[in-house]
Amino acid sequence: MSDEFDRKAWMGLLARAPAADLDRLWARAGFAPEHSYLRPPEVGGVMVRGRAGATGAPFNLGEMTVTRCALRLADGAVGHGYVQGRGKQHAVQAAMVDALMQGPQAKEVRAAVLEPLAEAEASRRAARTAKAAATKVDFFTMVRGED
Amino acid sequence: MYVAVKGGERAIDNAHAWLAEERRGDPAVTELSVAQIREQLSIAVNRVMAEGSLYDPDLAALAIKQARGDLIEAIFLIRAYRTTLPRFGASLPVDTGAMRCDRRISATFKDAPGGQVLGPTFDYTHRLLDFKLAAEGETPHAPTATPTPGPTPHIMGYLDCEGLIQQEPESDSTPPDLTREPMELPADRALRLQALTRGDEGFILSLAYSTQRGYARNHAFVGELRIGAVAVEMGIPELGFAIEIGEVVLTECETVNQFKGSKTEPPQFTRGYGLVFGQTERKAIAMALVDRALRWKELGEEDQGAPAQDEEFVLMHADNIQATGFLEHIKLPHYVDFQSELELVRKLRREAEGFATQEAAE
Repeated sequence: MSDEFDRKAWMGLLARAPAADLDRLWARAGFAPEHSYLRPPEVGGVMVRGRAGATGAPFNLGEMTVTRCALRLADGAVGHGYVQGRGKQHAVQAAMVDALMQGPQAKEVRAAVLEPLAEAEASRRAARTAKAAATKVDFFTMVRGED
Repeated sequence: MYVAVKGGERAIDNAHAWLAEERRGDPAVTELSVAQIREQLSIAVNRVMAEGSLYDPDLAALAIKQARGDLIEAIFLIRAYRTTLPRFGASLPVDTGAMRCDRRISATFKDAPGGQVLGPTFDYTHRLLDFKLAAEGETPHAPTATPTPGPTPHIMGYLDCEGLIQQEPESDSTPPDLTREPMELPADRALRLQALTRGDEGFILSLAYSTQRGYARNHAFVGELRIGAVAVEMGIPELGFAIEIGEVVLTECETVNQFKGSKTEPPQFTRGYGLVFGQTERKAIAMALVDRALRWKELGEEDQGAPAQDEEFVLMHADNIQATGFLEHIKLPHYVDFQSELELVRKLRREAEGFATQEAAE
């Protein structure tokens, strides 16, 4: 297992990834492990919470859509997928990646799926941050006339 | 009372078929796609997500299309869909301090660490119609700059260090949920914040404006306004740890309000808080002002009898789906009710006339 990708990190990355990106990488990589569902893909809601004044007591902000899935590969590895949105295929692919990452194919899966997803996310974020940086205000003080 | 009536099925079917045709508009004009709405009418999408209380841009865009741009109708569709979803659980409270900010401004501290970042704002535009948008143009490109590394801490933290601002009591208690249990009054702050964040933007805006004009005056500065993406984490029982299940764009507004102190509280600044799904700046600022006005009791302030201080008035009228449901139901058939009213008025008239004739005869 890599230092960069512990299970928590890859599950988060898979949850945030655009479904189309994961689908493309998954199809290209050609993994098609046999599996059986422990929990077939299911769409539901999660109540998102905030804190009063950002640091105080929790309150309910509103729900978000989430799709989850749990499956077992032929070798017994169990994978879980919890992904944002209503993509059943997204959740299944996330669960399969999660399961494969626990086995001998981890290195290949990481190179074929996780690393490209992480790079794409990093570049999306960097592009936004760079645009935000361009809108940062530089204050200058006007010279006063009286002296 | 609403009384069920039979009949009109054909008329209803035909009305809905005509609705579909009108929704499409002139077939010579290209049909609008859901993706176009999601990408190009994103502020409307954000409002539908915030008041529909469900973060899903694709669904909100679909609802806007189906509702022909009637945002309250779209919110209604989202609320109805939301009730069909099984609830997987609740997230950990989001950490807005770790937000990746598109925008972050403060009206109180010019030199806040992290700087004043304007983001994609309507502020400082001239509000002149841009006729270039009426023609198909080139794809615009935003300039970029090298970001300064480092965190963007909450500005309130600085006032907090000096003890000049009221502290938020720390807690990890499970908040009440008005989508699960009927709202009970008096409401705690958690319940009020939930009602406000999903409340009607127009209603919250007007109440906030009323506090600025002197009804429950509490002069507010925007200590900080930030918009950006935050991670949503949830504990997964089958894993035994928490993972990120996605990220949401939020608008957060923290206000700083003058406070002279009371019997229980020293002179200090107090805070109002707004947190809303999406880029929804007007709503978040308004929410913070109304939140602050509703806190008069816990801060030991005087009840000025202002609408924005009246918890029942605010919370029971903030929801536009409840409001429109009750308002619009009066257009549905009330024939039986009205028949009885008609009978009553006729009877009263007969009695009144009889009385008058009797008086004249005497």
